[in-house]
Amino acid sequence: MNKQLRHISVAAMILLAVLIVSTTYWQTWAVGDLANRKGNETALIARITVDRGKLLAADGTVLANNRVTRKRGLTIYTRHYPLNDLAPQVLGYSTSGATTGLESAYDAYLTGSNTDLSNSLKHALQLGGATVHGDNVVLTLRPAVQRLALTQLAGRCGAVVAMDAKTGAVYAMASSPTYNENLIEQLKGYRNITKIKGTCGDASALQNNATVGLYPPGSTFKMVTAAAALDSGAYTPSSTFNDPGYCTEYGQRVSNAGNPDQNGPEAFGNVTLAQGFEHSINSVFCNVGMHIGGEKILAYAKRFGFYSVPPLDTPSNESLASGLYKNGSLWDPKNPSNVDSGRLAFGQFNMLATPLQMALVGATIAHGGVEPKPYLVQKVVAPGGGTVATTTPQTLGRVLKPSTAAELNQMMQLVVQGGTAAGIFPSSLNVAGKTGTAELGLGTIYDAWFVCFAPATNPRYVVSVVVQKQPNGFGASVSAPIAKAILEKLMGG
Amino acid sequence: MAALLTAIGVTEIYRLGPSDALRQGLWIVIGVAVFGATLFWLHRDYRVLERYKYVFGVTAIGLLFLPALPGIGETINGSRLWVHVGSLQFQPGELGKIALIVFLAAYLREKREVLAQGRLKDWGPLLVIWGGAMLVLLATDDLGSALLYYGIFLAMLYVATARLSFVAAALGLFLVGAFGVTQMTPHVKERVDVWLDPYKHAQSSGYQILQSLYSIAHGGVGGTGLGRGIVTTQTGQQIVPDQNTDFIYSALAQELGLIGAAALLLLYMAFVLRGFRIALTATDGFSKLLAAGLSFSFAFQTFVIVGGITRVIPLTGITLPFVSYGGSSVVANFLLVAGLLLISNRANRQEAVA
Repeated sequence: MNKQLRHISVAAMILLAVLIVSTTYWQTWAVGDLANRKGNETALIARITVDRGKLLAADGTVLANNRVTRKRGLTIYTRHYPLNDLAPQVLGYSTSGATTGLESAYDAYLTGSNTDLSNSLKHALQLGGATVHGDNVVLTLRPAVQRLALTQLAGRCGAVVAMDAKTGAVYAMASSPTYNENLIEQLKGYRNITKIKGTCGDASALQNNATVGLYPPGSTFKMVTAAAALDSGAYTPSSTFNDPGYCTEYGQRVSNAGNPDQNGPEAFGNVTLAQGFEHSINSVFCNVGMHIGGEKILAYAKRFGFYSVPPLDTPSNESLASGLYKNGSLWDPKNPSNVDSGRLAFGQFNMLATPLQMALVGATIAHGGVEPKPYLVQKVVAPGGGTVATTTPQTLGRVLKPSTAAELNQMMQLVVQGGTAAGIFPSSLNVAGKTGTAELGLGTIYDAWFVCFAPATNPRYVVSVVVQKQPNGFGASVSAPIAKAILEKLMGG
Repeated sequence: MAALLTAIGVTEIYRLGPSDALRQGLWIVIGVAVFGATLFWLHRDYRVLERYKYVFGVTAIGLLFLPALPGIGETINGSRLWVHVGSLQFQPGELGKIALIVFLAAYLREKREVLAQGRLKDWGPLLVIWGGAMLVLLATDDLGSALLYYGIFLAMLYVATARLSFVAAALGLFLVGAFGVTQMTPHVKERVDVWLDPYKHAQSSGYQILQSLYSIAHGGVGGTGLGRGIVTTQTGQQIVPDQNTDFIYSALAQELGLIGAAALLLLYMAFVLRGFRIALTATDGFSKLLAAGLSFSFAFQTFVIVGGITRVIPLTGITLPFVSYGGSSVVANFLLVAGLLLISNRANRQEAVA
């Protein structure tokens, strides 16, 4: 019988060993999948009993903290946003239903569950029901600048992005209309937020217009076209053109924009490329576009980061790529003859860009042709005060020759000094910029753009502004004054 | 070892519900008393039990049948497994298991040679008793125990007869039977469906197993630490129903982590190996079979419940030996240990004599 006994004992051992294997599976492999399942009561309780880390602004202002309640032996932490509607689209939220924004991207730090050694050790040594305290996340946002941007947008649909021209640190990323983030967890709060329309009628307050708002860039796109024209060596700033008030493409006239002071399109006669940029003459760029071709323009756009989602600390699905769009999705034409090069050159024809992408175009020119990588979080700090992680400013690589960037910088200064944005900025600010008034096919209702940086001689700040659907609203009249207010705030301290 | 397992159990039960721990403590005292009494009563020679094999066989069925009697039987969680006498309630099935193992050991020892020849006449009493037990279990919907008894029977039959063909035939029979039962009984079919895809039944019949898996996963490798796991909702209810009895493993796995759960399972392994060691050193057939049956039942019971909880097999609720909350289970397990000790004692004495 002993032989059989051995067999049976081996069988019993195998059965028990299987249990070790299956338990291992559930406690290692399957953990991530299970933790995110809907209806996971354990994870739900785990989430609300963690003392989630704070979100702090650059100056230490609290953007998100917790309110503590005790209930049936559980200590429950509920998120609170002291500045209400300041930056909900950037901060995001964390509820049982969903996490978004930085709350989602930095969830591991905020919940103290990031698996570095010191944390694991710390947790292992905490016995007897101690609460997990998450790390604090320090942002680059400056609340005063952000608040000013919202005040300036004044409920109109649009966005403002202000960033450091050298490091890419984002100082303001305002999206309008905005909402009070403390409503999110309130009964019916979410539904009420989705009802906020803003002046344009169709924008959702929940979305971050700076990163997912796609607007025709209009004449601000001339920065890209001019960059392609100059950097490829096809033109110099002093290349000459004759502007009869239109350019001829496909046998038809493409007219210049109407001048608010005149009836009908402006005509400038003989001008240089620099003057064409200064006065934003469509016919000049139309000719440039037809000469260098849509393919080249798109190639340069891609070097600036169009056609890919710009890197940012928020989840990548909360940003969209800029580029040509067709039937609601990004369109990269295989056949160049499908592209209306003349119209593309001045930022019309299916071209859509986000305010963040246009800010990056400005930043690249300001930064001598090297594109800085934008970021919203400067560091992660442990509750005790030690620094857990710090962001080192990075670049996304060289886009333009230094000489091209310098020429564009000069041309953008002309715009502010005597061109389409003349008389708005005090010369002390030393601003370089580009206006954009994008046609929407809605008559005299335009999307008003302004992209600029200052001081032009040693750029420190980049500002990109878009205000959507403005009746008779021009880049210069609507958006440039907002940019001016932001720059004054940034430079005045 | 038994003491260690019991201690782990009481600790976790205390953590899940302090009042239950006190009662569990009482049961442990009773268990130890029964343990001592058994040792004293049978210390001379436990093999007298062999003579009363049919008594044990019938007792087993009787015990199993007890809950079905009106008046003292009680239905808890859909299964009629409980007997209520005064304020005392217990599951006679747990004791029935031990009785059945004693019967099987005795009968198989006596008839092992003839059984191997496969004469129907010799199988009669065996099939009647065992078949009766199975029927009662199926009738009362106690699938976990049915599975357990089947496994014990197979293992002991194999040890006694060394005929793999019997095992193969029984396994085949089991598969056919299981399939049939699954098709015919909605209750069982539901269990299997939940096993295959619990997410589809997340709000109904799959709730318990899913929340239990979530609970296990939350522990990860290191566990949350004893007493730090998440077991109640905001309203103070248990997240995993029955977490102090059948589902105690998911609470332990969460709080002790993979390290602790694996250690617990290794402890079971050591216990079972020790049991089989006793079976090997025992000199007579009855002792060998009894030790093997008791050890295997212990291992297989662990497998049925933990395997059910970790979705290795469809879930059938039975207790985790020593650890789960439950009086009759504790008493039965102490009885089991007493049996193993007696066999071991005798084997050692004989070795000393020889």
